[in-house]
Amino acid sequence: MGTAMRKAQGQAAEEAAERRAAKAAAMRTAHTSEPAAAQQRQAAEAGHEIDIHQLSKSYPHAGGGEPQHILREVDLTVRSGEFFILLGPSGCGKSTLLGLIAGFVAKTSGRLRVGEREVERPGPDRAVVFQQADSSLFPWLTVRENVEFGLRMKKTKAPERRAISDRYIGLVGLTGHEDKFPRELSGGMKQRVQLARVLANDPAILLMDEPFGALDAMTRRTMQRELVRIWRDTGKTVIFVTHDIQEALLLGGRIGIMSPGPSSRISDIYDVALAYPRDIADPAFHELHARIQGHFDE
Amino acid sequence: MTITDKTKRVLLQLAFWAGLLALWQGLASAYGPEILPGPAQTARGGWELLADGTLPSYIGISFSRVLLGWSLGSLIAIPLGLLIGRVGAIRAFAEPFLNFIRFIPPIAFITLFLIWFGIGETSKVMLILYATLFIVLLNTLTGVLSVEEDRIRSARSMGASDWQIVRHVVVPATVPYMFTGIRLAMGTSFMAIIGAEMIASNEGVGYLIWNSRLFFRTDWIFVGLISLGLMGFVTDRAVALLGRKLLGRYGVVSTGSLRR
Repeated sequence: MGTAMRKAQGQAAEEAAERRAAKAAAMRTAHTSEPAAAQQRQAAEAGHEIDIHQLSKSYPHAGGGEPQHILREVDLTVRSGEFFILLGPSGCGKSTLLGLIAGFVAKTSGRLRVGEREVERPGPDRAVVFQQADSSLFPWLTVRENVEFGLRMKKTKAPERRAISDRYIGLVGLTGHEDKFPRELSGGMKQRVQLARVLANDPAILLMDEPFGALDAMTRRTMQRELVRIWRDTGKTVIFVTHDIQEALLLGGRIGIMSPGPSSRISDIYDVALAYPRDIADPAFHELHARIQGHFDE
Repeated sequence: MTITDKTKRVLLQLAFWAGLLALWQGLASAYGPEILPGPAQTARGGWELLADGTLPSYIGISFSRVLLGWSLGSLIAIPLGLLIGRVGAIRAFAEPFLNFIRFIPPIAFITLFLIWFGIGETSKVMLILYATLFIVLLNTLTGVLSVEEDRIRSARSMGASDWQIVRHVVVPATVPYMFTGIRLAMGTSFMAIIGAEMIASNEGVGYLIWNSRLFFRTDWIFVGLISLGLMGFVTDRAVALLGRKLLGRYGVVSTGSLRR
Protein backbone atom coordinates (compact mmCIF):
# COMPACT_ATOMS: atom_id res chain seq x y z
CA MET A 1 0.00 0.00 0.00
CA GLY A 2 1.29 3.47 -0.89
CA THR A 3 2.37 5.84 1.85
CA ALA A 4 0.09 8.60 0.59
CA MET A 5 -2.91 6.28 0.70
CA ARG A 6 -2.10 5.09 4.21
CA LYS A 7 -1.75 8.69 5.29
CA ALA A 8 -5.10 9.62 3.79
CA GLN A 9 -6.74 6.67 5.52
CA GLY A 10 -5.14 7.61 8.81
CA GLN A 11 -6.50 11.11 8.45
CA ALA A 12 -9.99 9.86 7.67
CA ALA A 13 -9.83 7.64 10.75
CA GLU A 14 -8.72 10.60 12.85
CA GLU A 15 -11.55 12.72 11.58
CA ALA A 16 -14.03 9.95 12.29
CA ALA A 17 -12.65 9.64 15.84
CA GLU A 18 -12.97 13.39 16.21
CA ARG A 19 -16.64 13.27 15.20
CA ARG A 20 -17.37 10.34 17.52
CA ALA A 21 -15.70 12.15 20.39
CA ALA A 22 -17.78 15.27 19.77
CA LYS A 23 -20.98 13.25 19.61
CA ALA A 24 -20.22 11.29 22.77
CA ALA A 25 -19.42 14.49 24.62
CA ALA A 26 -22.57 16.22 23.37
CA MET A 27 -24.65 13.31 24.63
CA ARG A 28 -23.00 13.55 28.00
CA THR A 29 -23.85 17.20 28.32
CA ALA A 30 -27.48 16.51 27.69
CA HIS A 31 -27.46 14.43 30.86
CA THR A 32 -25.23 16.47 33.11
CA SER A 33 -25.76 20.15 32.43
CA GLU A 34 -28.13 21.64 34.94
CA PRO A 35 -28.33 25.41 34.96
CA ALA A 36 -28.72 25.47 38.75
CA ALA A 37 -25.53 23.50 39.31
CA ALA A 38 -23.61 25.73 36.92
CA GLN A 39 -24.89 28.81 38.69
CA GLN A 40 -23.88 27.41 42.04
CA ARG A 41 -20.39 26.73 40.81
CA GLN A 42 -20.18 30.18 39.35
CA ALA A 43 -21.18 31.70 42.65
CA ALA A 44 -18.57 29.64 44.49
CA GLU A 45 -15.89 30.95 42.19
CA ALA A 46 -16.81 34.59 42.54
CA GLY A 47 -13.89 36.53 43.93
CA HIS A 48 -11.73 35.56 40.99
CA GLU A 49 -12.41 38.78 39.16
CA ILE A 50 -9.49 39.97 37.07
CA ASP A 51 -8.68 43.60 37.77
CA ILE A 52 -6.19 45.30 35.44
CA HIS A 53 -5.46 48.99 35.86
CA GLN A 54 -2.90 51.12 34.00
CA LEU A 55 -0.90 47.96 33.29
CA SER A 56 2.24 48.48 31.20
CA LYS A 57 4.92 46.19 29.90
CA SER A 58 8.08 47.36 28.23
CA TYR A 59 11.46 45.84 27.47
CA PRO A 60 14.66 47.85 27.76
CA HIS A 61 16.19 48.70 24.41
CA ALA A 62 19.23 46.58 23.60
CA GLY A 63 21.38 49.60 22.77
CA GLY A 64 20.35 51.51 25.88
CA GLY A 65 17.97 53.82 24.02
CA GLU A 66 14.22 54.30 24.42
CA PRO A 67 12.60 51.19 25.95
CA GLN A 68 10.24 49.19 23.77
CA HIS A 69 6.65 49.53 24.99
CA ILE A 70 4.58 46.44 24.28
CA LEU A 71 1.55 47.33 26.38
CA ARG A 72 0.80 50.78 27.68
CA GLU A 73 -1.73 51.55 30.39
CA VAL A 74 -4.14 48.72 29.77
CA ASP A 75 -7.41 48.88 31.72
CA LEU A 76 -9.65 45.84 31.92
CA THR A 77 -11.99 44.11 34.33
CA VAL A 78 -13.07 40.54 33.64
CA ARG A 79 -15.89 39.22 35.79
CA SER A 80 -15.99 35.76 37.26
CA GLY A 81 -17.51 33.22 34.87
CA GLU A 82 -17.21 35.48 31.84
CA PHE A 83 -16.03 34.42 28.38
CA PHE A 84 -13.75 37.29 27.36
CA ILE A 85 -12.00 37.58 24.01
CA LEU A 86 -8.79 39.49 23.37
CA LEU A 87 -8.93 40.32 19.69
CA GLY A 88 -6.18 42.02 17.77
CA PRO A 89 -3.75 41.80 14.87
CA SER A 90 -0.51 39.83 15.11
CA GLY A 91 2.16 41.46 17.23
CA CYS A 92 -0.24 43.68 19.18
CA GLY A 93 0.77 42.17 22.51
CA LYS A 94 -2.31 40.06 23.23
CA SER A 95 -0.17 37.04 24.08
CA THR A 96 1.98 39.25 26.30
CA LEU A 97 -1.14 40.35 28.17
CA LEU A 98 -2.15 36.71 28.59
CA GLY A 99 1.38 35.88 29.78
CA LEU A 100 1.14 38.68 32.34
CA ILE A 101 -2.14 37.32 33.72
CA ALA A 102 -0.68 33.80 33.75
CA GLY A 103 2.31 35.07 35.73
CA PHE A 104 4.89 34.01 33.13
CA VAL A 105 5.85 37.60 32.33
CA ALA A 106 6.61 40.28 34.93
CA LYS A 107 4.80 43.60 34.55
CA THR A 108 6.65 46.89 34.28
CA SER A 109 4.04 49.00 36.08
CA GLY A 110 0.35 49.17 36.96
CA ARG A 111 -2.04 46.91 38.81
CA LEU A 112 -2.84 43.28 37.94
CA ARG A 113 -4.99 41.43 40.42
CA VAL A 114 -6.88 38.18 40.41
CA GLY A 115 -9.39 38.28 43.24
CA GLU A 116 -7.67 40.23 45.98
CA ARG A 117 -4.18 39.02 45.12
CA GLU A 118 -1.58 40.77 43.00
CA VAL A 119 -0.28 38.38 40.29
CA GLU A 120 3.41 37.65 40.76
CA ARG A 121 3.89 34.10 39.55
CA PRO A 122 1.97 31.28 37.85
CA GLY A 123 -0.63 29.62 40.04
CA PRO A 124 -3.08 26.72 39.79
CA ASP A 125 -6.01 29.18 39.89
CA ARG A 126 -5.03 30.31 36.36
CA ALA A 127 -4.75 27.48 33.85
CA VAL A 128 -3.12 27.98 30.47
CA VAL A 129 -4.06 26.26 27.23
CA PHE A 130 -1.24 26.80 24.76
CA GLN A 131 -1.52 27.19 21.00
CA GLN A 132 0.90 24.33 20.36
CA ALA A 133 -0.21 21.11 22.05
CA ASP A 134 2.94 19.36 20.81
CA SER A 135 5.22 21.56 22.84
CA SER A 136 3.06 21.74 25.96
CA LEU A 137 1.64 18.24 26.48
CA PHE A 138 3.99 15.65 27.99
CA PRO A 139 4.69 13.21 25.17
CA TRP A 140 6.02 10.54 27.56
CA LEU A 141 2.70 10.37 29.41
CA THR A 142 -0.55 8.83 28.22
CA VAL A 143 -3.71 10.89 27.88
CA ARG A 144 -4.80 9.85 31.37
CA GLU A 145 -1.36 10.56 32.88
CA ASN A 146 -1.31 13.98 31.22
CA VAL A 147 -4.72 14.78 32.66
CA GLU A 148 -3.66 13.56 36.11
CA PHE A 149 -0.38 15.53 36.09
CA GLY A 150 -1.54 18.44 38.24
CA LEU A 151 -3.26 16.08 40.68
CA ARG A 152 -0.07 14.04 41.04
CA MET A 153 1.85 17.23 41.81
CA LYS A 154 -0.70 17.89 44.57
CA LYS A 155 -0.25 14.29 45.76
CA THR A 156 -3.92 13.44 45.29
CA LYS A 157 -4.58 9.76 46.03
CA ALA A 158 -4.80 7.42 43.04
CA PRO A 159 -8.52 6.50 43.26
CA GLU A 160 -9.57 10.13 43.50
CA ARG A 161 -7.19 11.03 40.67
CA ARG A 162 -8.77 8.38 38.54
CA ALA A 163 -12.29 9.57 39.26
CA ILE A 164 -11.37 13.14 38.33
CA SER A 165 -9.50 12.18 35.17
CA ASP A 166 -12.38 9.93 34.11
CA ARG A 167 -14.75 12.83 34.52
CA TYR A 168 -12.76 15.37 32.50
CA ILE A 169 -11.66 12.93 29.82
CA GLY A 170 -15.37 12.24 29.42
CA LEU A 171 -16.23 15.92 29.42
CA VAL A 172 -13.89 16.63 26.49
CA GLY A 173 -15.07 13.50 24.69
CA LEU A 174 -11.90 11.40 24.85
CA THR A 175 -13.32 8.36 26.64
CA GLY A 176 -11.68 5.28 25.12
CA HIS A 177 -8.44 7.12 24.33
CA GLU A 178 -7.09 7.17 27.93
CA ASP A 179 -4.09 4.94 27.28
CA LYS A 180 -2.94 6.55 24.06
CA PHE A 181 0.11 8.76 23.85
CA PRO A 182 -0.26 12.30 22.45
CA ARG A 183 1.61 11.35 19.26
CA GLU A 184 -1.22 8.91 18.45
CA LEU A 185 -3.83 11.68 18.50
CA SER A 186 -4.98 14.22 15.91
CA GLY A 187 -4.48 17.95 16.44
CA GLY A 188 -8.01 18.50 17.70
CA MET A 189 -7.80 15.60 20.13
CA LYS A 190 -4.52 16.93 21.51
CA GLN A 191 -6.23 20.24 22.27
CA ARG A 192 -8.98 18.29 24.02
CA VAL A 193 -6.29 16.68 26.18
CA GLN A 194 -4.91 20.13 27.01
CA LEU A 195 -8.39 21.24 28.06
CA ALA A 196 -9.03 18.16 30.19
CA ARG A 197 -5.57 18.47 31.72
CA VAL A 198 -6.14 22.01 32.96
CA LEU A 199 -9.79 21.44 33.98
CA ALA A 200 -8.74 18.52 36.20
CA ASN A 201 -6.97 21.04 38.46
CA ASP A 202 -10.23 22.95 38.89
CA PRO A 203 -8.79 26.37 38.03
CA ALA A 204 -10.97 29.49 38.32
CA ILE A 205 -9.66 30.97 35.08
CA LEU A 206 -8.75 29.46 31.72
CA LEU A 207 -6.23 31.44 29.69
CA MET A 208 -6.27 30.30 26.09
CA ASP A 209 -3.73 31.53 23.54
CA GLU A 210 -5.13 30.89 20.05
CA PRO A 211 -5.65 27.24 20.93
CA PHE A 212 -7.41 26.41 17.66
CA GLY A 213 -5.09 28.41 15.42
CA ALA A 214 -3.20 25.36 14.21
CA LEU A 215 -6.27 23.24 13.47
CA ASP A 216 -7.95 22.70 10.12
CA ALA A 217 -11.16 24.68 9.53
CA MET A 218 -13.57 21.81 10.20
CA THR A 219 -11.93 20.63 13.41
CA ARG A 220 -11.76 24.24 14.55
CA ARG A 221 -15.54 24.64 14.22
CA THR A 222 -16.11 21.47 16.24
CA MET A 223 -13.69 22.61 18.93
CA GLN A 224 -15.31 26.05 19.13
CA ARG A 225 -18.73 24.46 19.76
CA GLU A 226 -17.18 22.11 22.29
CA LEU A 227 -15.46 24.90 24.15
CA VAL A 228 -18.70 26.88 24.50
CA ARG A 229 -20.40 23.74 25.82
CA ILE A 230 -17.61 23.06 28.32
CA TRP A 231 -17.54 26.69 29.43
CA ARG A 232 -21.30 26.69 30.05
CA ASP A 233 -21.00 23.35 31.79
CA THR A 234 -18.20 24.34 34.16
CA GLY A 235 -18.79 28.06 34.65
CA LYS A 236 -15.09 28.93 34.46
CA THR A 237 -13.81 32.37 33.52
CA VAL A 238 -12.23 32.17 30.07
CA ILE A 239 -9.84 34.66 28.50
CA PHE A 240 -9.34 33.68 24.89
CA VAL A 241 -6.79 35.26 22.55
CA THR A 242 -7.48 35.27 18.83
CA HIS A 243 -6.98 37.33 15.69
CA ASP A 244 -10.04 35.77 14.01
CA ILE A 245 -13.14 38.00 14.23
CA GLN A 246 -15.53 35.17 13.41
CA GLU A 247 -14.04 33.00 16.14
CA ALA A 248 -14.33 35.90 18.57
CA LEU A 249 -18.03 36.34 17.74
CA LEU A 250 -18.79 32.62 17.93
CA LEU A 251 -17.30 32.31 21.41
CA GLY A 252 -17.15 35.50 23.38
CA GLY A 253 -19.52 37.21 25.78
CA ARG A 254 -17.42 40.34 25.46
CA ILE A 255 -14.72 41.17 22.96
CA GLY A 256 -11.83 43.48 23.81
CA ILE A 257 -10.24 45.04 20.75
CA MET A 258 -6.53 45.64 21.08
CA SER A 259 -4.96 48.51 19.22
CA PRO A 260 -2.00 47.65 16.97
CA GLY A 261 1.38 47.60 18.74
CA PRO A 262 3.68 48.98 19.95
CA SER A 263 2.20 50.66 23.04
CA SER A 264 -0.93 48.58 22.59
CA ARG A 265 -3.98 48.84 24.82
CA ILE A 266 -7.62 47.75 24.80
CA SER A 267 -9.27 50.39 22.66
CA ASP A 268 -12.89 49.17 22.59
CA ILE A 269 -15.01 46.51 24.22
CA TYR A 270 -18.03 44.94 22.50
CA ASP A 271 -20.84 43.15 24.29
CA VAL A 272 -22.02 40.22 22.24
CA ALA A 273 -25.64 39.80 23.25
CA LEU A 274 -26.31 36.86 20.93
CA ALA A 275 -27.58 33.56 22.30
CA TYR A 276 -25.45 30.39 22.12
CA PRO A 277 -24.97 28.44 19.94
CA ARG A 278 -24.31 31.29 17.58
CA ASP A 279 -25.16 31.30 13.94
CA ILE A 280 -22.85 32.97 11.43
CA ALA A 281 -25.83 33.44 9.08
CA ASP A 282 -27.64 35.59 11.69
CA PRO A 283 -27.89 39.22 10.43
CA ALA A 284 -26.96 40.53 13.90
CA PHE A 285 -23.81 38.39 13.81
CA HIS A 286 -23.02 39.80 10.41
CA GLU A 287 -23.57 43.36 11.50
CA LEU A 288 -21.25 43.00 14.52
CA HIS A 289 -18.64 41.33 12.33
CA ALA A 290 -18.67 44.30 9.98
CA ARG A 291 -18.42 46.80 12.81
CA ILE A 292 -15.45 45.02 14.38
CA GLN A 293 -13.81 44.59 10.99
CA GLY A 294 -13.98 48.38 10.69
CA HIS A 295 -11.41 48.70 13.50
CA PHE A 296 -8.82 46.83 11.54
CA ASP A 297 -9.45 48.32 8.12
CA GLU A 298 -8.09 51.78 8.86
CA MET B 1 8.28 -4.08 2.88
CA THR B 2 7.52 -7.42 1.23
CA ILE B 3 9.27 -10.71 1.94
CA THR B 4 11.10 -10.66 -1.38
CA ASP B 5 12.59 -7.26 -0.57
CA LYS B 6 13.88 -8.59 2.70
CA THR B 7 15.34 -11.74 1.14
CA LYS B 8 17.03 -9.64 -1.49
CA ARG B 9 18.61 -7.46 1.15
CA VAL B 10 19.91 -10.43 3.15
CA LEU B 11 21.36 -11.97 -0.01
CA LEU B 12 23.09 -8.70 -0.89
CA GLN B 13 24.56 -8.50 2.59
CA LEU B 14 25.86 -12.08 2.34
CA ALA B 15 27.37 -11.35 -1.06
CA PHE B 16 29.07 -8.27 0.36
CA TRP B 17 30.69 -10.19 3.22
CA ALA B 18 31.72 -13.05 0.94
CA GLY B 19 33.32 -10.53 -1.42
CA LEU B 20 35.15 -8.89 1.44
CA LEU B 21 36.53 -12.24 2.65
CA ALA B 22 37.63 -13.11 -0.90
CA LEU B 23 39.38 -9.75 -1.26
CA TRP B 24 41.08 -10.25 2.10
CA GLN B 25 42.26 -13.75 1.09
CA GLY B 26 43.50 -12.43 -2.25
CA LEU B 27 45.51 -9.65 -0.65
CA ALA B 28 46.88 -12.05 1.97
CA SER B 29 48.11 -14.45 -0.72
CA ALA B 30 49.77 -11.57 -2.56
CA TYR B 31 51.61 -10.11 0.45
CA GLY B 32 52.34 -13.17 2.52
CA PRO B 33 51.17 -14.16 6.01
CA GLU B 34 53.76 -12.08 7.97
CA ILE B 35 52.37 -8.86 6.58
CA LEU B 36 48.73 -9.75 6.09
CA PRO B 37 47.37 -13.01 7.54
CA GLY B 38 44.42 -14.38 5.56
CA PRO B 39 40.99 -15.32 6.95
CA ALA B 40 41.91 -18.97 7.37
CA GLN B 41 45.10 -18.19 9.27
CA THR B 42 43.29 -15.64 11.45
CA ALA B 43 40.66 -18.23 12.24
CA ARG B 44 43.38 -20.72 13.25
CA GLY B 45 45.03 -18.07 15.46
CA GLY B 46 41.66 -17.26 16.96
CA TRP B 47 41.02 -20.90 17.71
CA GLU B 48 44.40 -21.17 19.50
CA LEU B 49 43.56 -18.20 21.71
CA LEU B 50 40.06 -19.51 22.34
CA ALA B 51 41.23 -23.01 23.17
CA ASP B 52 43.77 -21.93 25.80
CA GLY B 53 41.22 -19.53 27.32
CA THR B 54 43.25 -16.37 26.69
CA LEU B 55 40.75 -14.68 24.40
CA PRO B 56 37.61 -15.17 26.53
CA SER B 57 39.41 -14.01 29.66
CA TYR B 58 40.91 -10.95 27.91
CA ILE B 59 37.54 -10.00 26.41
CA GLY B 60 35.98 -10.40 29.84
CA ILE B 61 38.61 -8.20 31.45
CA SER B 62 38.34 -5.41 28.87
CA PHE B 63 34.55 -5.59 29.04
CA SER B 64 34.37 -5.35 32.80
CA ARG B 65 36.73 -2.35 32.84
CA VAL B 66 34.63 -0.60 30.21
CA LEU B 67 31.30 -1.42 31.86
CA LEU B 68 32.44 -0.29 35.30
CA GLY B 69 33.98 3.00 34.19
CA TRP B 70 31.16 3.69 31.76
CA SER B 71 28.36 3.12 34.27
CA LEU B 72 30.12 5.13 36.98
CA GLY B 73 30.82 7.94 34.51
CA SER B 74 27.19 8.04 33.35
CA LEU B 75 25.89 7.97 36.93
CA ILE B 76 28.01 10.97 37.83
CA ALA B 77 27.48 12.84 34.55
CA ILE B 78 23.66 12.82 34.49
CA PRO B 79 23.02 14.62 37.80
CA LEU B 80 25.89 17.03 37.04
CA GLY B 81 24.43 17.81 33.62
CA LEU B 82 21.00 18.44 35.15
CA LEU B 83 22.47 20.72 37.79
CA ILE B 84 24.57 22.71 35.32
CA GLY B 85 21.65 22.95 32.91
CA ARG B 86 19.15 24.19 35.50
CA VAL B 87 21.35 26.61 37.47
CA GLY B 88 22.45 29.54 35.33
CA ALA B 89 25.09 30.70 37.79
CA ILE B 90 26.87 27.33 37.76
CA ARG B 91 26.52 27.10 33.99
CA ALA B 92 28.30 30.42 33.47
CA PHE B 93 31.41 28.95 35.14
CA ALA B 94 31.11 25.37 33.94
CA GLU B 95 30.50 25.92 30.25
CA PRO B 96 33.88 27.42 29.26
CA PHE B 97 35.66 24.77 31.33
CA LEU B 98 33.66 21.95 29.70
CA ASN B 99 34.33 23.30 26.24
CA PHE B 100 38.03 23.40 27.01
CA ILE B 101 38.42 19.97 28.57
CA ARG B 102 36.27 18.07 26.09
CA PHE B 103 38.99 18.53 23.47
CA ILE B 104 41.53 16.61 25.54
CA PRO B 105 41.25 12.95 24.53
CA PRO B 106 41.34 10.35 27.34
CA ILE B 107 44.51 8.71 25.96
CA ALA B 108 46.42 11.93 26.65
CA PHE B 109 45.79 11.40 30.36
CA ILE B 110 47.12 7.84 30.58
CA THR B 111 50.51 8.68 32.09
CA LEU B 112 49.02 11.10 34.61
CA PHE B 113 46.31 8.64 35.60
CA LEU B 114 48.96 5.94 36.13
CA ILE B 115 50.83 8.27 38.48
CA TRP B 116 47.67 9.37 40.28
CA PHE B 117 45.78 6.08 40.52
CA GLY B 118 48.54 3.43 40.24
CA ILE B 119 49.05 0.76 37.61
CA GLY B 120 46.17 -1.40 38.86
CA GLU B 121 42.54 -1.45 37.81
CA THR B 122 41.73 1.98 39.27
CA SER B 123 43.65 3.97 36.68
CA LYS B 124 41.93 2.14 33.80
CA VAL B 125 38.46 2.51 35.26
CA MET B 126 39.14 6.19 35.94
CA LEU B 127 40.23 6.66 32.34
CA ILE B 128 36.96 5.18 31.05
CA LEU B 129 35.07 7.26 33.58
CA TYR B 130 36.76 10.37 32.22
CA ALA B 131 36.03 9.32 28.63
CA THR B 132 32.34 8.82 29.49
CA LEU B 133 31.80 11.74 31.84
CA PHE B 134 32.11 14.66 29.47
CA ILE B 135 30.19 13.14 26.60
CA VAL B 136 27.22 12.19 28.78
CA LEU B 137 27.40 15.48 30.68
CA LEU B 138 27.40 17.64 27.55
CA ASN B 139 24.55 15.69 26.00
CA THR B 140 22.48 15.90 29.20
CA LEU B 141 23.20 19.63 29.38
CA THR B 142 22.07 20.13 25.78
CA GLY B 143 18.91 18.19 26.57
CA VAL B 144 18.11 20.29 29.63
CA LEU B 145 18.61 23.49 27.66
CA SER B 146 16.30 22.34 24.87
CA VAL B 147 13.28 21.48 27.03
CA GLU B 148 10.33 23.39 25.54
CA GLU B 149 9.52 26.47 27.61
CA ASP B 150 5.78 25.77 27.21
CA ARG B 151 6.16 22.40 28.95
CA ILE B 152 7.82 23.99 31.97
CA ARG B 153 5.27 26.79 32.02
CA SER B 154 2.33 24.43 31.80
CA ALA B 155 3.72 22.33 34.66
CA ARG B 156 4.22 25.47 36.72
CA SER B 157 0.65 26.63 36.12
CA MET B 158 -0.55 23.22 37.24
CA GLY B 159 1.12 23.83 40.58
CA ALA B 160 4.43 21.96 40.15
CA SER B 161 7.29 23.11 42.40
CA ASP B 162 10.84 23.68 41.06
CA TRP B 163 11.90 20.24 42.22
CA GLN B 164 8.79 18.62 40.71
CA ILE B 165 9.51 20.37 37.42
CA VAL B 166 13.01 18.90 37.34
CA ARG B 167 11.79 15.45 38.27
CA HIS B 168 8.60 15.24 36.22
CA VAL B 169 9.38 17.47 33.23
CA VAL B 170 13.10 18.15 32.74
CA VAL B 171 14.36 14.62 33.41
CA PRO B 172 11.84 12.79 31.19
CA ALA B 173 12.25 15.38 28.42
CA THR B 174 16.04 14.93 28.57
CA VAL B 175 16.08 11.12 28.50
CA PRO B 176 16.71 10.83 24.73
CA TYR B 177 19.72 13.16 25.02
CA MET B 178 21.13 11.26 27.99
CA PHE B 179 20.69 8.05 26.09
CA THR B 180 22.50 9.36 23.00
CA GLY B 181 25.35 10.50 25.24
CA ILE B 182 25.57 7.12 26.94
CA ARG B 183 25.61 5.33 23.62
CA LEU B 184 28.29 7.59 22.14
CA ALA B 185 30.36 7.25 25.31
CA MET B 186 30.45 3.47 24.86
CA GLY B 187 32.46 3.97 21.65
CA THR B 188 34.91 6.36 23.25
CA SER B 189 35.30 4.01 26.20
CA PHE B 190 36.46 1.20 23.92
CA MET B 191 39.04 3.48 22.32
CA ALA B 192 40.30 4.60 25.72
CA ILE B 193 40.57 1.11 27.20
CA ILE B 194 42.57 -0.24 24.25
CA GLY B 195 45.02 2.63 24.57
CA ALA B 196 45.37 2.08 28.30
CA GLU B 197 45.81 -1.69 27.93
CA MET B 198 48.47 -1.24 25.26
CA ILE B 199 50.53 1.01 27.46
CA ALA B 200 49.99 -0.29 30.95
CA SER B 201 48.44 -3.70 31.37
CA ASN B 202 49.23 -7.42 31.36
CA GLU B 203 45.75 -8.48 30.31
CA GLY B 204 42.95 -7.38 28.03
CA VAL B 205 42.32 -7.11 24.31
CA GLY B 206 44.56 -4.04 23.99
CA TYR B 207 47.37 -5.96 25.63
CA LEU B 208 46.78 -8.87 23.22
CA ILE B 209 47.05 -6.58 20.19
CA TRP B 210 50.16 -4.84 21.49
CA ASN B 211 51.92 -7.93 22.84
CA SER B 212 51.44 -10.04 19.68
CA ARG B 213 54.08 -7.94 17.98
CA LEU B 214 56.74 -9.59 20.14
CA PHE B 215 55.91 -13.00 18.65
CA PHE B 216 55.30 -11.58 15.20
CA ARG B 217 51.77 -13.03 15.35
CA THR B 218 49.94 -10.67 13.02
CA ASP B 219 47.07 -13.18 12.98
CA TRP B 220 46.58 -12.61 16.74
CA ILE B 221 46.45 -8.87 16.08
CA PHE B 222 43.66 -9.52 13.62
CA VAL B 223 41.87 -11.66 16.20
CA GLY B 224 42.12 -8.74 18.62
CA LEU B 225 40.79 -6.27 16.07
CA ILE B 226 37.87 -8.47 15.12
CA SER B 227 37.05 -9.07 18.80
CA LEU B 228 37.00 -5.32 19.37
CA GLY B 229 34.64 -4.78 16.46
CA LEU B 230 32.31 -7.51 17.70
CA MET B 231 32.41 -6.29 21.31
CA GLY B 232 31.50 -2.78 20.22
CA PHE B 233 28.79 -3.97 17.87
CA VAL B 234 27.17 -6.29 20.40
CA THR B 235 27.21 -3.73 23.23
CA ASP B 236 25.84 -0.97 21.01
CA ARG B 237 23.01 -3.17 19.82
CA ALA B 238 22.27 -4.34 23.35
CA VAL B 239 22.19 -0.76 24.65
CA ALA B 240 20.00 0.35 21.72
CA LEU B 241 17.59 -2.54 22.30
CA LEU B 242 17.38 -1.85 26.02
CA GLY B 243 16.79 1.82 25.28
CA ARG B 244 14.00 1.05 22.88
CA LYS B 245 12.33 -1.44 25.21
CA LEU B 246 12.65 0.49 28.46
CA LEU B 247 12.69 4.12 27.33
CA GLY B 248 10.39 4.01 24.29
CA ARG B 249 7.81 6.30 25.89
CA TYR B 250 10.44 9.02 26.32
CA GLY B 251 11.08 9.07 22.59
CA VAL B 252 14.16 6.82 22.44
CA VAL B 253 13.51 5.13 19.12
CA SER B 254 16.94 4.80 17.50
CA THR B 255 17.40 1.38 15.97
CA GLY B 256 20.32 1.60 13.58
CA SER B 257 23.85 2.14 14.77
CA LEU B 258 24.88 5.63 15.73
CA ARG B 259 27.25 7.72 13.64
CA ARG B 260 30.38 8.58 15.56
